[in-house]
Amino acid sequence: MRRRLAPYALILPGGLWLAIFFVVPMVVMLSFSLMQGDVVNGFRLTWHWQNYSEGLSTYDSQLIRSLIYGVLATVACIVLAYPVAYWIAFRGGARKTTYLFLILLPFFVSFVLRTFSWKFLLADDGIVLSPLKDIGLLPQDFHVIATGFAVVAGLTYNYLPFMVLPIYVALERVDPKLIEAAQDLYAAPTQAFLRVVFPLSLPGVFAGVLMTFVPVSADYVNSTVLGGTNNTMIGNIIQNLYLVNTDYPQAAALSFTLMAILLIGIFLYAKALGTEDVLEVATR
Amino acid sequence: MTQTEEADSAIGTELAAIELKGIVKTFHSHGDAVAAVKGVDVTIGEGEFFSLLGPSGCGKTTTMRMIAGFDEPTEGDVFLHGKNVVGVPPNKRDVNMVFQSYALFPHMSVLENVAFGLRRKGVAKDEAARRAGEMLEIVDLKGREKRRPRELSGGQQQRVALARALVNRPSALLLDEPLGALDLKLRQAMQVELKRIQREVGITFVYVTHDQNEALTMSDRIAVMNDGRIEQLGSPREIYERPASRFVAGFIGTSNVLSGTVSRTGSGKAIVEPGPGERIMVSHEAVPGDEIELTVRPEKIDVRSDPPDGDGCALRGTVNEVVYLGMFTNYNVTTSTGAEVVVFVQNVSSADDVATRGDSVWLSWDPRHSYVIGA
Repeated sequence: MRRRLAPYALILPGGLWLAIFFVVPMVVMLSFSLMQGDVVNGFRLTWHWQNYSEGLSTYDSQLIRSLIYGVLATVACIVLAYPVAYWIAFRGGARKTTYLFLILLPFFVSFVLRTFSWKFLLADDGIVLSPLKDIGLLPQDFHVIATGFAVVAGLTYNYLPFMVLPIYVALERVDPKLIEAAQDLYAAPTQAFLRVVFPLSLPGVFAGVLMTFVPVSADYVNSTVLGGTNNTMIGNIIQNLYLVNTDYPQAAALSFTLMAILLIGIFLYAKALGTEDVLEVATR
Repeated sequence: MTQTEEADSAIGTELAAIELKGIVKTFHSHGDAVAAVKGVDVTIGEGEFFSLLGPSGCGKTTTMRMIAGFDEPTEGDVFLHGKNVVGVPPNKRDVNMVFQSYALFPHMSVLENVAFGLRRKGVAKDEAARRAGEMLEIVDLKGREKRRPRELSGGQQQRVALARALVNRPSALLLDEPLGALDLKLRQAMQVELKRIQREVGITFVYVTHDQNEALTMSDRIAVMNDGRIEQLGSPREIYERPASRFVAGFIGTSNVLSGTVSRTGSGKAIVEPGPGERIMVSHEAVPGDEIELTVRPEKIDVRSDPPDGDGCALRGTVNEVVYLGMFTNYNVTTSTGAEVVVFVQNVSSADDVATRGDSVWLSWDPRHSYVIGA
């Protein structure tokens, strides 16, 4: 009896934690998203589904922008992270741990602080742009801050380690003998990579995409700090609705809309990639 | 004609499958130069089953990796069918390898694994699948085409690895301890199987192993390697019966090494006479007073309680240990010269042992079975 209960006892603390701090707020928020009212007079549950339709029609451009930024930053993360992860996994030698530590080093400084330092670096008259403008390489009115590019670049920078680590873990598990076997079987180095190494690293890419795309699409710090008024993401809207307008029902409805879109997106992505295959390779 | 002579004459009539000339390989680690291969010259004939045999670290795997193209020699040349392939990458060499760990692609089916090389060579998909299927039939894996490698047993994975290499009809197949991960029974079955497949496909096999039984069972010729060099090159029989060095004598099977001073010579024979009635004879050009070392295999020696007749080799000794092994009885004897000698006596009759522990015995053998080391 005791033996059979032991596993449940072990998940109890974590399970309770999740129940109290995740499930309960989710239910509360879900009910909020169907309420009407304001802070002064209180909110009442009226099954007001219009919160969703109004949210979608009012903030559709911010939602779409968030998803586009999310996709762009995630793709940029893959492109930048893959070679780094590959190099550490196959060429890192005895210093692998050092390189991984360096990848994680930015986490020792606050996320918001690092994003502000970007603002300082890339300011119109900052230390990067003003010398280039002075020597005439860039026009005087050139700017980076307050553009969509700055937001995507900031997002890419902030979430890059979350892409490097899972890809590294997947590549690290690829037996170098498999690469030799591919070359022995007449595969040129690029073929060996495309047909053997890359497919075997897909579980890592899959995990990396999950770990970047979701938080990136919901991020509001980067667009607040690096974006201008034209680069608002859905995260900014939700934050504003909660903290400034105190329109909790609308904010909650938008949150759930975003969540639903992300879940559907991930589901389609997993389907397209063939999760079964991915998981099969991952659990090998 | 011995097997070696046959192989040699085969080499004479056409280009050798593989030729290594003055191969040296030095690795650099932490600023130190470590020589893994210190000068190997060998010619491997077309269709030959050739083994590189030696303890770990002797340079056999490095030698094979230089044939495959995974390592480049520091000095010397590698010829495949007369063409120098130094500097040619592995994917452009017409040899294939069976890896010790098999290195099957885990994300591909058995059929895709086997067809991989053909597809890379530009064979059309259907044709590649057809040939892969045929090869899977030869290695007795028909019906497993759609499986993933990890769904197969170790022995089956081994045969997929073999099929994946053989299907390309390489000019030589390199096998790196391919049976090392299998249990004894399966290993013995695969030894016979490998030999059968090699005969069937007629491809040159270069087989790397540290297992002397494996090498003796399957090979046409064996190169015994030690410390980066070939100690002896010859047929299994030559290697076993006439070890060229103390190392080979010790590495291949059980061997007895006797040493002594030559007291008489005559008609090409050197004779050592350690005591009254005792004599060790061996074919060897020597003068009295020479120190010689010779070997004799345990199964060639006879144990008896009285001095042997005739003019064979005879040596007195005391039995240390008698171990009954079923087919054989193993006697451990200390000779009058102080050497430890192992003797295997076949249990032909079910009678008692000829001697027991502590007995004084005579060892005798035919002089043709003793060989001077390094002669």
